[in-house]
Amino acid sequence: MTKIFELLKGNPEDSDYKNKGVIVQGITGAYGSLHTKQMIAYGTNIVAGVTPGKGGQKFEGTIPVFNTMQEAADATNAKISIIFVPAKFFLGAAKDALNAGIKLLVAIPEHVPVRDTMEALELAKQKGAAIIGPNTPGIMIPELIKIGIMPPMPFKAGKIAVLSKSGTLLYEISDALTNAGFGQSITIGIGGDPVNGTRMIDAFEMVKDIPDLEGMVVVGEIGGDSEEILAQRIIDSGFNKPTVAYIAGRAAPKEKRMGHAGAIVMGTYGSAESKVSMFNKANIPVAKRPAEVPVLLAGKMEKSD
Amino acid sequence: MQLLEFQAKELFREYGINLLNSISSTNIEEGRKHAKELGYPFVIKIQVPVGGRGKAGGIQKCQNDDEFELKYPQVMDLTIKGEKARAILLEKMADIKKELYLSLFLNRSKRCYTIIASVEGGVEIESVKNQIIKEVGLGEVSDVLAKEVAKEMKLEGKTAEQFIDTLKKLSKLTIEKEAELVEINPLAIMQDDSIMALDGKFVTDDNSNFRHDELQKYQEKTEVEERAEKSGFSLVELDGDIAVVGNGAGLVMSTLDMLSDNGGKPACFLDVGGGATTESVYEALTLISKLDRVKGILVNLYGGIVKTTVVAEAFLKAYEDNLIDLPVFSRLKGTESEKATQMLQGSRTKIFTTVEEAINAAVMGVKK
Repeated sequence: MTKIFELLKGNPEDSDYKNKGVIVQGITGAYGSLHTKQMIAYGTNIVAGVTPGKGGQKFEGTIPVFNTMQEAADATNAKISIIFVPAKFFLGAAKDALNAGIKLLVAIPEHVPVRDTMEALELAKQKGAAIIGPNTPGIMIPELIKIGIMPPMPFKAGKIAVLSKSGTLLYEISDALTNAGFGQSITIGIGGDPVNGTRMIDAFEMVKDIPDLEGMVVVGEIGGDSEEILAQRIIDSGFNKPTVAYIAGRAAPKEKRMGHAGAIVMGTYGSAESKVSMFNKANIPVAKRPAEVPVLLAGKMEKSD
Repeated sequence: MQLLEFQAKELFREYGINLLNSISSTNIEEGRKHAKELGYPFVIKIQVPVGGRGKAGGIQKCQNDDEFELKYPQVMDLTIKGEKARAILLEKMADIKKELYLSLFLNRSKRCYTIIASVEGGVEIESVKNQIIKEVGLGEVSDVLAKEVAKEMKLEGKTAEQFIDTLKKLSKLTIEKEAELVEINPLAIMQDDSIMALDGKFVTDDNSNFRHDELQKYQEKTEVEERAEKSGFSLVELDGDIAVVGNGAGLVMSTLDMLSDNGGKPACFLDVGGGATTESVYEALTLISKLDRVKGILVNLYGGIVKTTVVAEAFLKAYEDNLIDLPVFSRLKGTESEKATQMLQGSRTKIFTTVEEAINAAVMGVKK
């Protein structure tokens, strides 16, 4: 299992402790450059960019741009990359990164064909690397490192882990948590696709042993069964930190794709009822509205005291 | 997209999967010609992109001209789960010994293709008993695996042989077309022990459309849907009277849920995508203006980086251009919200600080 904090933060004896280098693939595109600037403003150490054919340029006058990931990785020794290329070029960019020794790949693009995601995942498995996404807002340790497209305002450093399929709901719910005094130790965007590089259970494994973790919030939505599988894992593992869930899409009609490629109910597979009943079985309350999440979390914490 | 039965069968035919004779038509004149070609008895099957057709009366037997004249228009007029008939398929009647179930689908949690097969088919997948489930990986179903499935189903002789052949063809089709799900239910064992696909379901991965020009002829889109796609929006039309607009699929779904909880009826789900600009919100309002039955618009934007004044400009422009005359109930999270509220003073757009307030106002507003 990927030791996510070691990758994102490192150990105190590392020379780059709390300053891990990140490479941006697609740094010169409109979207990539906008969010690179935002990440730098947040304090993320962007060490290089990659855009084929633009090697030798400097982004914002300081960050070197390379033609390939291999060159960028060799020059910087970075183990993290974030991809902003159009969906049809995702697989190529992902292979390029994984073959260059990247250990954490954050895949922002929406509309990546599922087959390409699965191929990238096979390679990642061989290389012992993790992929977050595709179709994810990214991953962050608030006030330390942001690898993604999240606006900074909703987040505050703290001790709650937030796992979310949706981007805007991650912002919405983190905002509500922050306002209620619950900062976040880490937030992981699972993504809205049918196949996720880091599934809900993988994200759970990444966060469950954080030493000072005080609680977990799971933001799911209709489609697939990753919430059900997570609930079962929580039961089996005996994880006892206060946990609250929210599931979007209760009112969605069946057999319609609700914006996200993965958000579709087929028969009872992927339905909100199925997810809610599994969370109930795991003794995890499910909020009716995003604003209810911190209320339920506070309630859970009181009980566990 | 989900293909219609006759479209799925076109693909089955192309890949050499056994089928009964069948012909599709969109009006009764065409249908009459096909009835003659096919000869009675046959089955009339409504073509809609949803399941449960049999229960809804969308599949009818026909023994003669009188029955055909009566039943064809009846089936054509049906609406099943909100879906009107796209076509009618006439298919020869079959002498069936047994109904099996067979599908290949993209297993999200296992991240590979997976086979589901059963000797008790002909019912919806949730009710299919004794399911045999096999993970395939990313490649085609091997000879060994196909034989194993046939053996576990206790198929023998010619039936086993044809089943193995069908499974392998189905897997080739699934992989080459990058389908999310291909289902044959029922897959019938005929009186002569041969195997026939009596129905077909085919769901594509829309994200791979750019590699599959050959499937685009099956794409059916309304003008509104087409424009939505062009702008990078996701739009699902629903049957209520309050249009729901927001940025991000999760947020819009969540808004839909809360609206329904409060007694409101959503007219559509419209996700304008991650960011929001004056242009994208104006285009969203344009699309909504083309939907009938909308009495009010509920907007829920979590801006983050977006300035709410930019969104307010879109509302003002839409009223100015007489694009809409509907009340808008809006919750805009982002910077400059006080200024945005001021800008909209006196217009038919109201800004609320919480989504709950906006929803309550919308539900009350459309009742008037």
